[in-house]
Amino acid sequence: MLIIGERINGMFKDIANAIRTGDPTAVQMWAKKQEKNGAGWLDINTGPASDDPVKHMKWLVEVTQEVSDVPLALDSTNYDAIEAGLEICKIPPLINSVPAEWPKMERVFEMAQKYNAGVIGLAMNEKGIPKDAESRVALAMELCACADGYGISMEDLYIDPLLLPVNVGQDHGPEVLETLRQIKTLSDPAPKTTIGLSNISQGTKKRELINRICAVMLIAAGLDTAVGDACDDELMEAIATARLIMNLDIYCDSFVQVYKNRW
Amino acid sequence: MAFTPLKEKYRNKVAQITLGATADQGGTRTSTVTIGGEEALPFLHFEGTIANKPVVALEVWDIAPTEWNSCFDQYYGDVYNDTAAWAKKCVEEYGAEVICLRFKGADPDLGDKSPEDCVATLKAVLGAVGVPLIVLGCGKYEKDNALFPAIAEAGEGENLLLGVGEQENYKTLTAAALGYKHAIIAQSPIDINIAKQLNILIGEMNFDTSRIVMDPTIASLGYGIEYGYSIMQRARFGALTGDKAMANPMIGNVGFEAWRAKEANASQEDFPGWGDQETRGIMWEATTATALISAGLGIAVLRHPKTVALVKKSIDALMVPSAY
Repeated sequence: MLIIGERINGMFKDIANAIRTGDPTAVQMWAKKQEKNGAGWLDINTGPASDDPVKHMKWLVEVTQEVSDVPLALDSTNYDAIEAGLEICKIPPLINSVPAEWPKMERVFEMAQKYNAGVIGLAMNEKGIPKDAESRVALAMELCACADGYGISMEDLYIDPLLLPVNVGQDHGPEVLETLRQIKTLSDPAPKTTIGLSNISQGTKKRELINRICAVMLIAAGLDTAVGDACDDELMEAIATARLIMNLDIYCDSFVQVYKNRW
Repeated sequence: MAFTPLKEKYRNKVAQITLGATADQGGTRTSTVTIGGEEALPFLHFEGTIANKPVVALEVWDIAPTEWNSCFDQYYGDVYNDTAAWAKKCVEEYGAEVICLRFKGADPDLGDKSPEDCVATLKAVLGAVGVPLIVLGCGKYEKDNALFPAIAEAGEGENLLLGVGEQENYKTLTAAALGYKHAIIAQSPIDINIAKQLNILIGEMNFDTSRIVMDPTIASLGYGIEYGYSIMQRARFGALTGDKAMANPMIGNVGFEAWRAKEANASQEDFPGWGDQETRGIMWEATTATALISAGLGIAVLRHPKTVALVKKSIDALMVPSAY
């Protein structure tokens, strides 16, 4: 599993401040730090404070690309902002994200095809997040069918079964694990999977512990990527270890370093 | 119904390494060889570029090898005591594309030749042949560590392939190769985990890891060839799917291993059911080589001249593009 580094997000004060003042220092510092720690993508989110997501998405993409070659994940519900980012990405990014709702899927998959981008598809629709695995898988299937209709390869579709905080949506955990397993049976090649990892620990104590254990369990169920904290060393160590146990990487004594250096 | 060939898409490719250097590249070789660079599993030309064909080397020692089967006498008997002439014969008469010079005589128990003696032999071989050279020590750490710097310096500009580095003994070799710009062999004891770790350790000395040739230590037909075979397959699959620490061409001491087998050496009188000894030995070596070449071997170090011809023929056949 590779981490989509979550830190360049206007929800954090230093990034919101960077957006406000136009000073890229904090953005570029987090880009380099996440890259150095093994992030596979860098999530780019203008956050709730932005009054002009199109302009700010472009700016964040520009200043991030100045210091890092890691592909980006353009994170917004504003598709004009995503398109503005897609136009200037040097490496095909991920679009984060689209729910299984028709007008939105059409807009996003068309963009993805045009810019050769990957897409994170959420297993939810207008009715919200389903509770059981079967309903999540049904929505995943809709995402697959729609993506296929636009000629998107299943390997460029990242389905997110949606993790809820363990303190409020505890019964969702086993359903998410089951959904991940079933998604891999939907097509051949199978769609990829992703998740908003840090959601599991929203409002809990010992957030890092919960995130790490959750990541390991999800990897065992077949998770390919997760939006998470690439700067949590112990999380990255846990992922590197789980990858070994799943026989995804060839063991060597420096396995943590190899994972972080993206050797 | 239309047929669509299934083509695997890989993210990474094997490092490409050139051995030897011609006059305009600062060396004295008249030919160089390039190995590696594969973008697909061995010879699956339809899935990716197989940039370079595997090459065959012949093994040449700095002393007469007393334990080699007597069937070799008719080919090398007259040159056993003249390393340069031996090498020349391998290239000019037997078609070796690379010479693998093994300083067996440096072994403290087999002559204990000095680094100066070895340098003189190296220079004689460099003068006698124009093909690239693989230069191996005697296998005893202390002695090899005295040899490597002297050989690396004497071969400066020739872009040698020096070996071997092992997990317990790689620093002197790496430093010598780094200083005089040679490629190196990283040898692991039929253990893919050690192979990967060794590449990382060598890389940590600021050695360009794309200049490493991995020796996974193969075994011969009938004596565990399948262990080396499956390790090589796994290493190659890892390389193609993005494991950069495994993305190196591989070398195997095929002749050395095959000619240790009883089946290669035993006389027909002793084992009438096994047929003619020399033919059997050649086939033992050629079968070992071709099996491992199909698992990704880039350099097959051979012994018997007739094996060279057989193995080259099968490589040429495998290099015919199979595009869809």
